[in-house]
Parts: sequence; structure tokens; C-alpha cells
Amino acid sequence: MERIPILKMGPFLLVTIQVDLYDRLALNLENDLISMVSKTGARGVLIDISAVSIVDSFMGRILGNIASMSRIMDAETVVVGMQPAVAITLVELGLTLQGVYTALDVEKGMELLQDKIGILEDPEEDEEAPDDCND
Amino acid sequence: MNTTAQLLQNNKSKILETWMQNQLQDNSLRDDLISNEELRRQSDELISSLARATSTGNVDNIHAPEYETVIEILSDISITRARQGFSPRETGMYVLSLKQALSAILEEKHSDQPEVLYKELLIIHRLLDNLSVVTFETYIKGREEVILRQTDEINEISTPVIRVWDGILALPIIGTLDSARTQIVMENLLQEIVNTGSSIAILDISGVPAVDSLVAQHLIKTVSATRLMGAECIISGIRAEIAQTIVHLGIDLSNIKTKASLATALQLAFSMRNVEVRNSSKKTGFSISR
Repeated sequence: MERIPILKMGPFLLVTIQVDLYDRLALNLENDLISMVSKTGARGVLIDISAVSIVDSFMGRILGNIASMSRIMDAETVVVGMQPAVAITLVELGLTLQGVYTALDVEKGMELLQDKIGILEDPEEDEEAPDDCND
Repeated sequence: MNTTAQLLQNNKSKILETWMQNQLQDNSLRDDLISNEELRRQSDELISSLARATSTGNVDNIHAPEYETVIEILSDISITRARQGFSPRETGMYVLSLKQALSAILEEKHSDQPEVLYKELLIIHRLLDNLSVVTFETYIKGREEVILRQTDEINEISTPVIRVWDGILALPIIGTLDSARTQIVMENLLQEIVNTGSSIAILDISGVPAVDSLVAQHLIKTVSATRLMGAECIISGIRAEIAQTIVHLGIDLSNIKTKASLATALQLAFSMRNVEVRNSSKKTGFSISR
């Protein structure tokens, strides 16, 4: 059966969707991705949909689901590279993907994820820093 | 062959002469828009095709196939006239003056038989009235085409996407926002975001005369679509009246960044991109540091 590869990059998972998603494939992706997050303890999920030209309400919901599920498991989701036509369609469908972070391309998405994770980890570092000095 | 057709067939040149005279005498003749030769050629063509159509015996139903050429010629004339800028009156008078010409000739022919004259006049009048309705319909259609083309052009030129800074786009919206325009604005903006890789878009609505719930809805849609693409959207140029209507209508813009003027929006965009603009030594005027 066709599957979409999920790549692990440090603390993040990278998914590049290069085919048009049909419902079965999307559901599989959701399952695989969530089990991957749980297995690797990833802190961020980056989904690149720059090659997706067709989107429907189901697909929009799956993206939203992935984001909500990842959030529960302490991972942020960033969707990158959405085509203008896809963005317009989603808005017309009333799916504004609240709670999903977005970025223009993979590079900017990576920066955004690092920022988000950085903010979460900063307090700990600040606490650790004085300790290091004392040592 | 009926008498109407005979009349048209036999007196073609005479009718043309009278008709041309009528047209040339008319004060509203636009010799600046159409030359006399051209007018004569058009009129000649129309009379010939009308003679052919009536010779089939059909003088009432102009939707029959034999009238196709007549209607085609007429439509052609009215559409060209609509584009050339003839007034409705001038276009209408073109066919109506043919009626006068025909009536005059009929009167001459049948002056001794009032009954026949009456019947023939009725037929001619009905036929030409129908034709003048066709003229008007096509004239208006031609004008509407002109209007549609102008609307398209206005839409095209009225939504420029300006790159104000590296990674910052501005989109001044002028005029009322309806669904069709929002679509164009949105498409242009999103495409430009992809092309330039910008991360901030400023939507300036100082040129929008009024904001109602529909316009607000369109704005929210544009902002949402921009966000989906991965860029931030700032709405600027909100005037006092617009702020009042938005609050009175109960529209929630709380999760959209709004600023009163383009200048403050630009400032916000600069700070979001960690760009700083400050006064420097008097010689250079200003400098930018990143």
C-alpha cells in the first residue's frame, strides 16, 4: 500500500506530501505520524504541502486533527508551502486551520519551529546557566 | 410574390436615395464617426437583404431563418455603433428613418387606393418596429460589453500589490470590496506572497468608503488565507467611522492585527522583522540598521 514517508530531523519530523492525497492515504498519514511522534518523542512536525494542488474539507480536517493530536503529545505542527489556490479554497470552505502554524517554505517553517521550541526551553536554560557559572 | 417584397425589389435604388436623404438631413447625423460612403454601403446591404427576406412571403416573423442575414447585418451595425460612441437616439433613428422612406414611397404608389395603402403601411410598420427592437437590443448588449470590459480593467488596475520592503508587501484597497473584487485582491496578494517570499502583508483600507458585515467578512477571509500561506496580515487605515460601524455591527476583529494608519502598520511590520529605522547624522538624513 502507498505510504507517505516521514523523515526524522533532530527533534522534528518532516513530511513532504508529493502526491494528491486521497482519503485513505490521509488517514494512514495521520496514524503513521501520530505513532511516529509518540515513538520518537518529536517536539515539532513540519508538513510540506507545496506540491498539493487539490484540497477538500476532509483534507483540511485531517491537517487540523494532526495539529491537535500533536499538541496533546507536546509537539507543534507547522504547515508550509501552501499554494494560493489551496489557501483560497480552504478559506471558502470555512477551514482556517486555527491552531496550526504556517510558514512560506520549509526553511522558514524550520526557523519557526526552532523559535517555538526555543521559547519553551528558554526558561530551563536560564535556570541552568547560573548553575554552569557556579561550577 | 407579395406587394411588400415587390415594392422593395423594384424601388430599391429609390428607397435607398430617400433613406439616405432622410439620414443626411437629420441633424443628429454623426459624419464625424461614419463616412457617407460607409453609411450608403451599410444601408444598401440592409435593403437588399430585407428585399430577399420579404420575397419569401414572410413579413411578420423576424425570427424565421430567412431574416437571419437581416438581423445579422443590423446587429453588426448597432454593435459597431455602440462601440464607436453613437447615442441610442442616433442608432434608433437609423432604422426608423427607413420606415419614413418606405412610407413616403408607399404613399406615392398607392395614393388612389387608401385601403391597400393602409394595409401595406401596417405591414411595413410592424416589420420595421420589430427590426428596431432588434437594433436596440444589440445596441444595449454592445454597450454592456463596453461596461464589462471597463469593469475588468478597473479591477485589474485597482489592486496593485506593492513591495514596500524586503519581505513586506502593501496592498492599498480603493473602492468598495465586493465578492468578485475580494477574489481578485486575494489571488493577487497570495500570488505576490509566493513570488516575493514575503512574510508580512499590510492591507490598507483607507480608500474603502464603507465597511459593512459583508466587506468585513471578505477582509477576514483575505487575512485567513494569508495566514494559511504562512504570512502575517496587518489591516491599516481604519478610520473613526469604520471603527464605529465595525463595533456596532458586532464584528470581531480581535485576532487580526489592526492599525490606524499605514505608517504605524509599517512600523509594526518593521519591528516584527527586526528592522529598525532611526534618524542619524544630518548629512545622510536617515539610515537603516538591521
